[in-house]
Amino acid sequence: MTETKGKTGVSRRTLLKGTAGLAGLAAGSGAITGFPYVMSAEPKVLRYLGTAVNEGDDISKQCLKDTGIKIEYITATTDDVTKRVMTQPNSFDVLDTEYFSLKKLVPSGNILALDAKKIKEFDNITPVFTKGETPGGKKIGNQGTAPWKVLYLEGKDSKKFATSATEFVTLIPTVYNADTLGIRPDIIKRPINSWSELLNPEFKGKASILNIPSIGIMDAAMVVESTGKYKYADKGNMTKEEIDLTMKVMTEAKKAGQFRAFWKDFNESVNLMASGETVIQSMWSPAVTKVRSMGIPCTFQPLKEGYRSWASGFCVSKGVSGAKLEWAYEFVNWFLSGYAGAYLNRQGYYSAVLSTAKAHMEPYEWAYWMEGKPAEKDIKAPDGSLLEKAGAVRDGGSYEERMGGVACWNAVMDENDYMVRKWNEFIAA
Amino acid sequence: MDTSVDVLQQASPDLVRGGDTARAVKAARLSPSFVSWLQAGPMMLVFLAFFLIPLVFVVIVSFWDYNEYQLLPAFSGRGYTDTFEGCIAQLPDLCTIAKTYLKTLKLCFLVWAITLFLGFWVAYFLAFHVKSKTWQMGLSLLCTIPFWTSNVIRMIAWIPLLGRNGLVNSGLMKTGLINHPVEWLLFSEFSVVLALVHLFTFFMVVPIFNSMVRIDKALIEAAYDAGASGLQTLVNVIIPLSKPGIVIGSIFVITIVMGDFITIGVMGGQQIAAAGKIIETRVNALQFPAAAANAVILLAITFLIITMMSRIVDIKKEL
Repeated sequence: MTETKGKTGVSRRTLLKGTAGLAGLAAGSGAITGFPYVMSAEPKVLRYLGTAVNEGDDISKQCLKDTGIKIEYITATTDDVTKRVMTQPNSFDVLDTEYFSLKKLVPSGNILALDAKKIKEFDNITPVFTKGETPGGKKIGNQGTAPWKVLYLEGKDSKKFATSATEFVTLIPTVYNADTLGIRPDIIKRPINSWSELLNPEFKGKASILNIPSIGIMDAAMVVESTGKYKYADKGNMTKEEIDLTMKVMTEAKKAGQFRAFWKDFNESVNLMASGETVIQSMWSPAVTKVRSMGIPCTFQPLKEGYRSWASGFCVSKGVSGAKLEWAYEFVNWFLSGYAGAYLNRQGYYSAVLSTAKAHMEPYEWAYWMEGKPAEKDIKAPDGSLLEKAGAVRDGGSYEERMGGVACWNAVMDENDYMVRKWNEFIAA
Repeated sequence: MDTSVDVLQQASPDLVRGGDTARAVKAARLSPSFVSWLQAGPMMLVFLAFFLIPLVFVVIVSFWDYNEYQLLPAFSGRGYTDTFEGCIAQLPDLCTIAKTYLKTLKLCFLVWAITLFLGFWVAYFLAFHVKSKTWQMGLSLLCTIPFWTSNVIRMIAWIPLLGRNGLVNSGLMKTGLINHPVEWLLFSEFSVVLALVHLFTFFMVVPIFNSMVRIDKALIEAAYDAGASGLQTLVNVIIPLSKPGIVIGSIFVITIVMGDFITIGVMGGQQIAAAGKIIETRVNALQFPAAAANAVILLAITFLIITMMSRIVDIKKEL
């Protein structure tokens, strides 16, 4: 009896092995989709350093399914990502970072530009990045570190940004957005249409700005300019005098008790707004969504002076070469192929290649998120939770209107060191 | 075990005895001072590797130059001169660093005074009024409750309590004591001190309690027999004998508060300057030498305070 059992056991196992092999072959040849990709001798693993914006379990799972590349996320804040590239360039493979940090990263020589020719969808990347205009032809504000100023390098190992297109791309664009002030319409109860409202005494003790110097200074500059006190030549590259002036205006407001608090991370900004401690403040798009999903009215208010924009993209560590570099290209190509783009669009961000993302979205979703039309059906987040009921319209309207309304970009200034010192003075005032 | 030793001794008594002698000889060869070094050695190495050497690096880097993306290993006092920028030019107004340190010292003093007061009486209660060891243990463990959750969650939890629409404000409004919500409850020096006291009173309780339980009860009885009042016993017997605990607790609290920037940041709404905050901003801007210079200044000031305190009480002698 036992012998027979043993025999059948063996034969069953052999049978299983055979089927798995066949299935593997079939999957490998592309005949069957939905099966795990057949692993090559070396497992394809990429260490992915970035902020949480682009990192989703859904994205890494789908990527593994489609390409067999396993993504290991290393999540850090924007500042810590930059610090890590500087101090531990071998601790990651793929880097997901913002364009404004390139002024620090490229001269360090710790990152490797990617070859545009190897990026399948490169020619389909939105002209926002390549030409500084929307697909509809609207010119976009170029103050600050606009992506098209730092998109190309002069050569493969060059540390100089090229003025015209080359094949060496510093960061392959992935995601970007236009930021503005968040408000509580239920408490303010009147239209808000200018950045200057942040310093309106009406909101004394109920306003907030973010305490990350390189971004906070841009919001501060938008405010100062909108009050008519000063017009900057380039908000993203102030002179010492301009920094002094900006901080003077902000310091006076701080001393007068205008600000309830400053915030530094996503959750702080959500808490301040949701609890009603603040009614108007600098904010990020997903934070507004989070407040709304708690059932509290919150608007990402379009303002007449325009938006402050940011953008991020992929490059690789200087230590990446050979097969790993090929996987990195495969991953970046996959990222631009639509699934991830649609995922990001559904969160209220924008994807770099619009055509592929569109193919992965329902027409009603595209109409709501990208065309500024009223939602035909309920709008759901990627995780399936309800974001907006049918009939709602996106704050700021269509892609053309929002990206076309960008006034400046997050920046690292030439006088960054001075600015940081002045920012500390502002906090201490 | 016993049997095996017996068996061993029976088999070869010389072997066992031989081992003993060898051990005795070895012990004799090691001088007592060498043994003490050997005992202190591991701790010393840990200190050297993880404290002293990094500290030396911090001091060295604080005298380096830097640009946007790298450290330049050339001697430069820029980290320091930048830090004290405007300290003479702006007189009689205070410069950033002076303002920051005054604020930090003020917060530090308030937190120290309050935690000392609370910590002393909690420890007093635990040491003299709670008779059973089990209860003493149990109640001390209760003091650790604030540490059961993460620092950030603990601080965020203050918002629903102290906020504009929080429990305290709505409670006061309902009782009719106030008409408008009180704003200074949150994102103010008050809330910073409150949160720090809540966190760090425990660090006062433990060393003071430890000193108090070691006070010989006979001394208190003697004071009582000699006709001392309760207050006299407290001032002349208990407080002097608790001094080492008080100083150790104070060192804990002062060093932590001087370097804190997370609690001050969150509870102060990021609007209150702190010495640690300056360092953080500099590090985030990749200005490591400037950050290191600020760290050296902070260390020097903290060290100064602690030296002054140990002048008042010689901890080594008291222990």
